[in-house]
Amino acid sequence: MERKETPGEKIKQANREAVERMLAAQPVWVDVAKAGDVIPGMTRNMLLHAGPPQKYDNMCGPQRGAAWGALIFEGLARDAQEADRLLTSGKISIAPVHDHDSVAGAAQMISFSQAAIVLENRTNGKVYYTHMKEDTFIALRYGSYGDHTIKKLRWLADWIAPVLSKGLRKAGGINCREIIAKSLFMGDEGHNRNQAETCLFEQMFMPFLFESDLSKEQIFGVAKLLKQDENFFLYPVMASCKAILDAGKDVEYSTIATVMARNGTEFGIKVSGLGDRWFNAPAPMVKGLYFPGFSEKDANPDLGDSCITETAGIGGFAMAASPAIVHFGTATGVGGSVSDAINYTKEMYEITEAENPAYQIAYLDFRGCPTGINILKVLDTGIQPIINTSISPKEPGRGQAGAGLVRAPMDCFKKAFRAFAEKYGLTASS
Amino acid sequence: MVTKISIKKNQYRDSVFLMVISEQARSLPGIVEIAVMMGTDNNKSLMKGVGFSGSDLDSARVNDMVFCIRGESQEAVENALTQVEEMLTRRPRSGELADVHKTLDAVIRERPETNFAIISVPVPFAARETKKALNYGLNVLVFSDNVPVEEEVELKKLASKMNRIVMGPDCGTAIINHVALAFANAVTAGPIGLVAASGTGLQEVICLIDRAGYGISQAIGTGGRDLSDEVGGISMLRGLDILDEDEETEVIVLISKPPGPSTTEKILKRVSKSPKKVIVNFLGYDTGRISNSGAIAAGTLEETAYLAVATLKGEPYRYKNFGMPEVEMKRMVENETERMTRDQKFIRGLYSGGTLCDEAILILSSIVGEVYSNVPIQPNLGLQDLSKGYRHCCIDLGDDHFTRGRPHPMISPEIRNRYLLNEAKDREVAVLLLDVVLGYGAHMNMAGALAESIKVAKSKAESRGQYLSVVASVCGTTRDPQDFSSQVEQLRKVGVVVMPSNAQAARFAAMIAVKLQSKFRT
Amino acid sequence: MKNENDSFHTMKPFFGKELVVVNIGISPFYDDLKKQNIKATHVDWEPPAGGDQEVVALLDKLLH
Repeated sequence: MERKETPGEKIKQANREAVERMLAAQPVWVDVAKAGDVIPGMTRNMLLHAGPPQKYDNMCGPQRGAAWGALIFEGLARDAQEADRLLTSGKISIAPVHDHDSVAGAAQMISFSQAAIVLENRTNGKVYYTHMKEDTFIALRYGSYGDHTIKKLRWLADWIAPVLSKGLRKAGGINCREIIAKSLFMGDEGHNRNQAETCLFEQMFMPFLFESDLSKEQIFGVAKLLKQDENFFLYPVMASCKAILDAGKDVEYSTIATVMARNGTEFGIKVSGLGDRWFNAPAPMVKGLYFPGFSEKDANPDLGDSCITETAGIGGFAMAASPAIVHFGTATGVGGSVSDAINYTKEMYEITEAENPAYQIAYLDFRGCPTGINILKVLDTGIQPIINTSISPKEPGRGQAGAGLVRAPMDCFKKAFRAFAEKYGLTASS
Repeated sequence: MVTKISIKKNQYRDSVFLMVISEQARSLPGIVEIAVMMGTDNNKSLMKGVGFSGSDLDSARVNDMVFCIRGESQEAVENALTQVEEMLTRRPRSGELADVHKTLDAVIRERPETNFAIISVPVPFAARETKKALNYGLNVLVFSDNVPVEEEVELKKLASKMNRIVMGPDCGTAIINHVALAFANAVTAGPIGLVAASGTGLQEVICLIDRAGYGISQAIGTGGRDLSDEVGGISMLRGLDILDEDEETEVIVLISKPPGPSTTEKILKRVSKSPKKVIVNFLGYDTGRISNSGAIAAGTLEETAYLAVATLKGEPYRYKNFGMPEVEMKRMVENETERMTRDQKFIRGLYSGGTLCDEAILILSSIVGEVYSNVPIQPNLGLQDLSKGYRHCCIDLGDDHFTRGRPHPMISPEIRNRYLLNEAKDREVAVLLLDVVLGYGAHMNMAGALAESIKVAKSKAESRGQYLSVVASVCGTTRDPQDFSSQVEQLRKVGVVVMPSNAQAARFAAMIAVKLQSKFRT
Repeated sequence: MKNENDSFHTMKPFFGKELVVVNIGISPFYDDLKKQNIKATHVDWEPPAGGDQEVVALLDKLLH
């Protein structure tokens, strides 16, 4: 007679399942299209934001600015005041981007007409979305809503998107898994350093542009975009990470985190065995280095979906692959020492279930990236996931304030754990 | 005056680290008071006790770090906060990169030959970490104190099952394979093995053995509560087994406060089965009973050490009260008492070592009568006001009451200096009795750190036309990190009578009190 | 066949031939081990579940 499986065994088995699906993901960037045409459930009067559910009243400065900018871009408002009135009236739907199979960076508000990256997980055919960066500094995602921003959003949507689309279709999609893997051998970690990824993308992609029916000006537009933004590839990577993690969601009894995200006020996580529920705690302050003109006083609490990269095992989890990350001289330096960077990755092995064979770290004798955050291990060891990230200023429209390190709040994991125990009827005596 | 209280949520550092930071920050310019502590109930009331208050403080939780600062200006306070932040991020990591990990699991993976764990984590988690270590097959020293007795029993039973030993909880001293662990002395290797339920008791005995020219094979700690009837001496019995089988050990020594009644039986029965000679010191326990079991009974820690050496040499031994000739002792008593006045009567012991304090109380009680204490031998002799001495008394300043949130007196001279100066105000005090404990973990120059207050205390008495005698013993060896002879020298230089052992120091103090009685016919 | 109780067979020392230590908790103990040139590692320990013992109790049931 078979012995009944203990909860511990069920959890182990479920986690193995969830992580296997994540490791099997093959993210491919297949297209760029209008958000309203591709994002499920997208409507003309909808704004999608990063992190847990947020109401307009609760939004931090940069998100309000981004909301105004998006509405102005959509032609739904003429200026910030009108946008504000519209948003206060409740006529605009505001939803978490994760409810629509998407991710968004910093304070971005994705709206109907914006250019959206379309990324497919070739292993299961599911598709995910995100926006692009119209500017590296004065940008919608930092809360800018002036003419400059509106013009650049237009440029992205009308001039860049169609060109990228043609090239991507010609290429049959760009293999992001390959780019991420190679870039880890080249000093990127995938969240704050995407320079190698961007170079690799350009090398792979440009020939397809030339092969497509495009003018010199059109191709030059893309070249200019890449030249101005050496970390361009962050967003396809974010969408890739979303695809990887989403593959492992909804596995009963699994305690693997499928999302970590912030909305500038709260930091939230989702767990595979707990469906779509968010487990939130106040968003922490990032500890880091500031650009000239900025200091701690200017900083907004942690913001954006970019820590989807850490959730998937790269970014801060792969710092050992990217010692340059600590160097303040680079625009994305987070401070600390090289040995700190290596130790952070080593720490993350203590709270994850697998070492991703697709994404290896040469310095650690080619150990795979620590993948599959197990909330039980986070609680057991007291080690909170490390995230290296950019710092947004509180005031909208000022650009990036700096970069640094932050840890996912322990409270998120405690809340998730209690919910898990309740859902599965687990008590200390069961 | 500017006060600031700030909380860092979910930030943990161990209490020792935070105490060091608080102490360093206290000397920053313009700072009047500063406390950086975890938000436990105890710590919060300590901080309230020095005048910090507010809802922020109240709402701080166990895993939040609390910063309480009081300074002369806003600038001073802000500056202090910044400096403290910096100190916090400067992680105390010594050694190579490879030597520090976040979990025991990581350590075992990287260094699977690890065979011993020292555990000093906060009490709620001590048992858990110990279980982990035992399950990895390690022997464990548990320094953490106040672990519930059920957990201690569970751990020790697990250890027995695993054929391992748990030294502790509340074990501060051990020397295993000639390695000093936690608060222990550097001693020569040799054939005397010890099992002890007391830290400073063990230290006194091994130091005396070492200074007599002999050596230690193993000094196994059992933790303070091992010999209670609830625990039943599991670790001491295991220790006995280990030493019986240890090829290096020829003579065995057991040290403890009196065990619970059924445990005493168990131990003595087991001792009688040992093929090796066993010296037993159950601090004040009926030595006749011990001798009947076939063990060699020792009265004081000093006697324990010399009996062990004599047994090793196969020589008979007769314990003497003092190492020096009687005529020398008389002369010394004369010296100390000649300038004392009629109202000077009492002995005040200010101890850092618990067992040393206990021993002093026993010795003094047998000579001068009632001795008060915070750890009295009779409940009616409990000190009501712990802030100062009363009649003859010995205060164990390392007791929990004094060390919550403050460094142990073996690490920091602060509390003893305070008590020294306070006792010096009391006209009725004749002798101050001290222990200075050296070794790993202890203050690097305790004698020097106490010297100044001793000087001040003595001159206070002198200005009143009295003479304050200060008697001490130094528990240490010449190989200890501190310079043993320099410690003795620094004490002698400020007029301290340094005796070769705690027992002799207590006895000498008693001699002074007795001399005063006869001198003034009181 | 070797018998551990055989008096001709050298007893395996209880604590092993060489002490290899892991220090979990306050770092001065680790520092003192290094001063004695002992092979030692230090665990930079943090409380599980942010110090919440209720969570830890249930956690232990599920993890181990």
